[in-house]
Amino acid sequence: MSSSRDFVRFLLPVVVLAAGIALWELVVRVNDIQPYVLPGPSAVFQTLVADWPVLSESLGVTLLTTLEGFVAAAIGGVALALLFNQSKWLEYSLFPYAVILQVTPVIAIAPLLLIYLQQQTAVIVCAWIVAFFPVLSNTTLGLNSVDRNLAGLFSLYGASRLQTLRYLKLPAALPYILGGLRIAGGLSLIGAVVAEIAAGTAGAGSGLAFRIAESGYRLNIPRMFAALLLLSVAGIVIYGLLALISHLVLRRWHESALRKEN
Amino acid sequence: MAGPALSEADAMAVSLGAVTKVYDNGVAALGPLDLDVRRGEFVSLLGPSGCGKSTALRLIAGLTTPSSGVVGVSQRANETRAGHAIGFVFQEPTLMPWASVQDNVRLPLKLAGMPATEADRRISEALAQVALSEFAAAYPRELSGGMKMRVSLARALVTRPDILLMDEPFAALDEITRFRLNNDLLELWRKLNMTVIFVTHSVFESVYLSQRVVVMSSRPGRVSAEFRIDTPEPRVEDFRMSASYAAYCREVSQALVPSYSGLTSA
Repeated sequence: MSSSRDFVRFLLPVVVLAAGIALWELVVRVNDIQPYVLPGPSAVFQTLVADWPVLSESLGVTLLTTLEGFVAAAIGGVALALLFNQSKWLEYSLFPYAVILQVTPVIAIAPLLLIYLQQQTAVIVCAWIVAFFPVLSNTTLGLNSVDRNLAGLFSLYGASRLQTLRYLKLPAALPYILGGLRIAGGLSLIGAVVAEIAAGTAGAGSGLAFRIAESGYRLNIPRMFAALLLLSVAGIVIYGLLALISHLVLRRWHESALRKEN
Repeated sequence: MAGPALSEADAMAVSLGAVTKVYDNGVAALGPLDLDVRRGEFVSLLGPSGCGKSTALRLIAGLTTPSSGVVGVSQRANETRAGHAIGFVFQEPTLMPWASVQDNVRLPLKLAGMPATEADRRISEALAQVALSEFAAAYPRELSGGMKMRVSLARALVTRPDILLMDEPFAALDEITRFRLNNDLLELWRKLNMTVIFVTHSVFESVYLSQRVVVMSSRPGRVSAEFRIDTPEPRVEDFRMSASYAAYCREVSQALVPSYSGLTSA
């Protein structure tokens, strides 16, 4: 019963995708649209195969940037939240600036960063700026969501601050932290792409976003689509991986990871 | 009030002297409250919700501080004791959902820094006491409400406390489960020689369990009546059906009525 339902849930988006691609190809062929206006899916796929050496190298660059930004965001976000949790003064002093950093559009910050930092560093910093805030705010929320009676129990048994943090607050915050990381994964890709495009217009760079900008100037539309496709797939894979990790870590106890029974 | 004998058995486990608790928002929750509990005694604090009985329990546990008055809790010297002289069972099972049953029970010992081998022995002993040995590796979500409460009880017992404080622990359970846990609790109390202070709003539960029922009135909470339940031990399920049980319940219920009439404004 439920497995056939799962199958339908999996099948429907696949059918929609196939129909969309077929329609796209049909429209392009029937109207004889030129590839530099709108390439059909087959042309995009051919370009993907033909340009694979260039594109795969760019994909590697973008993924590495994303990963570095993500790791920096994960460490920075969790560490800042822990600091804020230990000292209210620190939280009051710094939290507004974390918000300001978050609400200022990164595309507007990127050119400035590129002036002051080396390009590779600037790109990573961009990815970090976009991605750290959800980790920070989710971790803060998690650390503050500890069951009141459990906290009482810890104080009854004379737990130290460190013990309370390690055995109570961090495990209680884990689902929130993982939720923040899931958002941060996608965002660090966006941050990397935004910074690459900003850097690309300055004339340097070799990531996927740079390829898109470069192909745009050369009216190499099929390659733009191919690079875009790779970016999409990369985003999906990042999200899927983080969701999987989250599920594996929480599956024994957290509501979000439990299969619906009854 | 205290008997003439000054032997160890008659010493006080808990002694509250004119204790009051006023919350920051100005609400007087408690007192002045005077309460003496003998070592080894089973006392119930009975009263309507919001009468301050839970506050009294939290004061004894040291989870909150009194606004005035003295809270005395005896600390019997015992060199084999690693952990805590007070065990606390909350209204909710209050288990860590990310930890297995045995790791939940292990918590007080881990916080006290007890070596793992000694702790393992204590944990299996505590789990055996509440008949949950087979569920040591289970997670809280896999257990029924009554079993979770047993885990909570095992965690309180694992430090071998002198004083067990229980805050309406069985209020959320169905009646059959509650009766069974009542009997189990009485058996543990007899076996382990603990002082138990049991907060409840159930007249029937308080009469069934306790040697002494302390009825509290509300706002601010104070002692309005006290009843001694002089039924020969051990009490068994038959006691629930007896005429004397019904008589005690009637008597205590009547004493409780003024406590509730004071709440009509609430």
